[in-house]
Amino acid sequence: MFSETLKLAAQAILRNPMRSSLTVLGIVIGVAAVIAMVTIGNGTTAKVTAELGKLGSNMLFVMPGQFGPGRASTQAKSFTSRDVSVVRNQIAGIRAVAPVAQSSATIIFGGESRSSSVVGTTADYLIVRSWQVVAGRGFLEAEERGSAVCMIGDTIKTELFGSTDALGQRIRVGKISCEVIGVLSKKGQSGMGTDQDDTVIVPLRAFQRRIAGNSDIGTIMVAARDGVSTTKVQGDLERLMRERRRITAGEDDDFSVNDMTQIAETMSGTTTILTGLLGAVAAVSLLVGGIGIMNIMLVSVTERTREIGIRLAIGALERQVLTQFLVEATVLALFGGIVGILLGLGLAYAVGVYLDVPFVTSPAIILVAFAFSALIGTGFGYFPARQAARLNPIEALRHE
Amino acid sequence: MAVDISSHPLIEFRTVTKVYGSGEAEVRALAGVDLLVERGAFVAIMGPSGSGKSTAMNIMGCLDVPSSGEYLFQGVPTRELDQDERALLRRHMLGFVFQGFNLLARTTAIENVALPLIYRGMPEDERRRRSLHALEQVGLADRAQHTPAKLSGGQQQRVAIARAIVTSPIVLLADEPTGNLDTSISREIMNIITRLNRDEGLTVIMVTHEEDIAAYARRVIRFVDGKIESDRQQEPAGVL
Ligand SMILES: Nc1ncnc2c1ncn2[C@@H]1O[C@H](COP(=O)(O)OP(=O)(O)O)[C@@H](O)[C@H]1O
Ligand SMILES: [Mg+2]
Repeated sequence: MFSETLKLAAQAILRNPMRSSLTVLGIVIGVAAVIAMVTIGNGTTAKVTAELGKLGSNMLFVMPGQFGPGRASTQAKSFTSRDVSVVRNQIAGIRAVAPVAQSSATIIFGGESRSSSVVGTTADYLIVRSWQVVAGRGFLEAEERGSAVCMIGDTIKTELFGSTDALGQRIRVGKISCEVIGVLSKKGQSGMGTDQDDTVIVPLRAFQRRIAGNSDIGTIMVAARDGVSTTKVQGDLERLMRERRRITAGEDDDFSVNDMTQIAETMSGTTTILTGLLGAVAAVSLLVGGIGIMNIMLVSVTERTREIGIRLAIGALERQVLTQFLVEATVLALFGGIVGILLGLGLAYAVGVYLDVPFVTSPAIILVAFAFSALIGTGFGYFPARQAARLNPIEALRHE
Repeated sequence: MAVDISSHPLIEFRTVTKVYGSGEAEVRALAGVDLLVERGAFVAIMGPSGSGKSTAMNIMGCLDVPSSGEYLFQGVPTRELDQDERALLRRHMLGFVFQGFNLLARTTAIENVALPLIYRGMPEDERRRRSLHALEQVGLADRAQHTPAKLSGGQQQRVAIARAIVTSPIVLLADEPTGNLDTSISREIMNIITRLNRDEGLTVIMVTHEEDIAAYARRVIRFVDGKIESDRQQEPAGVL
C-alpha cells in the first residue's frame, strides 16, 4: 500500500508541474543560499588562518596589554629600547629581535601622495619577517641612530616612482624628508587583507623623534632559531617581561606574547563573525523561500480541497488522503532539499575558485538548512490538507 | 452490526430533516422526509430548485448526515457510523455522479475511473482491467488516455459514470447528471444509466428537473419545500 501511496503522490506532483516546481524552487533557494554563504564564510576563515600561519611559525610578538578575543587592550605601558636589548641578550635560542613602532603617514613624492603605513624599526626587522631588499640596501648601523633614510615597499615604489629609479630620491614621510636607500620585495596582502607592500620603513630612532614624538615601542618581534621550540621562547619571554615590568606573583600580565597561530585564532574569530553574518543573510533567504512555499500551498488550497472532496466522495479514508498529501509534500521537500544542497555547494565552489577561497563544507549547516526547509515544505503541504480532509466531502467539493 | 440485510429495504428515511445555519439564517432543506427505496429501483427525484433534492441525495450517499431523523441503509442506522465507516460504505456500496462531473483535472480518464479501486488496495493490472471494462460500458474505451480537458461534457459525464460503477456498487446516485448537457447527449447518458439498471440490476436514484429525463424512471418523487409532494410509479420510456 505504501508504494501505491508513493505512486499517487508522484502522479499528483507530475500532474501539476507549475505548482510542484515553484514549491521546489522555494526550498532550493533557501537551502542553496544558506549552504553557499556558510561554506564561503568557512572557506574565508580557513584562508585567513592559513595565510596568517604562512607569515612565519617561528615568530613571536610581544605586545603591551592583553591581546585576544573579548579583551580590550588596557592602558599598559609600551616597551623601551632597554627592553629590546635585554630580550636580545638574555633569551636563548633567538635568531633576531626587532622593535617595532608603527603609524600611518602621508607619503609625498613629486606630485604623487598617498597615505601609507610607516614602520620604525631596526635592520633585524627584515630578518624577522623574512623580507628581502631587491634594490639598494638595508640600514647601516650608523643610520640606525636616527638618519633620515628609508626603505620602501613594492606598492610605494610602483605608485610613486613607476618605472623610474627610486634609490637616492628624497620622499616626504609625514613631517620629515628622507632618502630612499632600499626597495623591498613584494609581499602581497596580509591575512587581514591589508597591502603589506604599502609600507615605508625608517630607522626606529628617526621614527620616535621625528614622527611619533615619543620613545614608545609598540611591539617587540622575535624570531626563534630553527629547531627551537617557540613555546619555550614564549615562556622565557613572559618570565623576563613580568620581571622587567615588576608584575608580582598572582597579578595578571599587562602584556602578551603570542605566536602566529594564536594571532591567527584571534583573526579567525573575526571571520567567524563574518560567517555568522552571512548565515543570518542566508537564514532570511530561507525564510523568504519558506514564505514562497506557503503562498503556493495556500493558492492551491481551493483546487486541492476540491480534489480532497472528490477522493473522500469516492470512498477514500481521511488518513489515506492525508498520507498521500504528506508523502507528496515530503517528496517535494526532499527533492528540493537535495537540489538545493548540490546547488549551494556548487555555487560555493565556483565562488571559491573565483575568489581563491578554499572549499570548506559544514555537515551541520547542511543538515540544519535541509531540515528547516523540509519542515516548511512538509508543514505547509500537510496542514491545509488536514483542514480539508476534516470537512465532510460535500463541503470540500463546494469549496470556493 | 449483525443485520440481515436482505430483509430490509435498501434505503429508508424516517422523518429525516436537514437544517443549515442557525437563527435568522436558518434554512430547513429537508423538513421531515419519509422514504423507502427497494433494491433494483429506478427513481427520479424532481422538484423546484432549492426544494431539497440534492440534500436528500447527499444524505442517501452518506456524503452528509441528517440533522434529525434516521437514515437506514440496508437496515443499518447510519447515525451510528463514524467518518471512516461512512467512507467505507461509499467505497463499497455507493456510486455518485455529480452535475459538475468532479473529475480530477490533468488526470487521464482511466486514472480517474481507477481512483476508487486504488483506495481498495486492488493490484494495478486488475484495476486496469476493471477500469477499461467500466469505460467500455459507457462507450469510452477509446478515450482512456484523454484528460478531462480533452473530453466533451458528455464524455466527461460518462467517465464520471464509469468511475461510479467501477466498484460494482449497489446504488448509483446521480444528481442532475444531464443538467449541463445537450438533449441528444442527455439521451445517450440516460440510455447508459437505463441499461445499467435493467441489465446489471443497479439501483438508480437520479435528480432531474426535465420531464423527458424523468420519463426513463419507473418511479418519480416530487419534492417541494423540503417535503415529498408526490410519489408515483410509471411505465418507463423504452431504451434503444
Ligand atoms: N451548505 C449549505 N449551507 C446552507 N444552505 C444550504 C446548503 N446546501 C443547501 N442549502 C440550502 O438548502 C436548500 C435546499 O438545497 P438543495 O438540496 O441543494 O436544493 P435542490 O438540490 O433541490 O435545488 C436551499 O435553500 C439551499 O439554499
Ligand atoms: Mg441540487
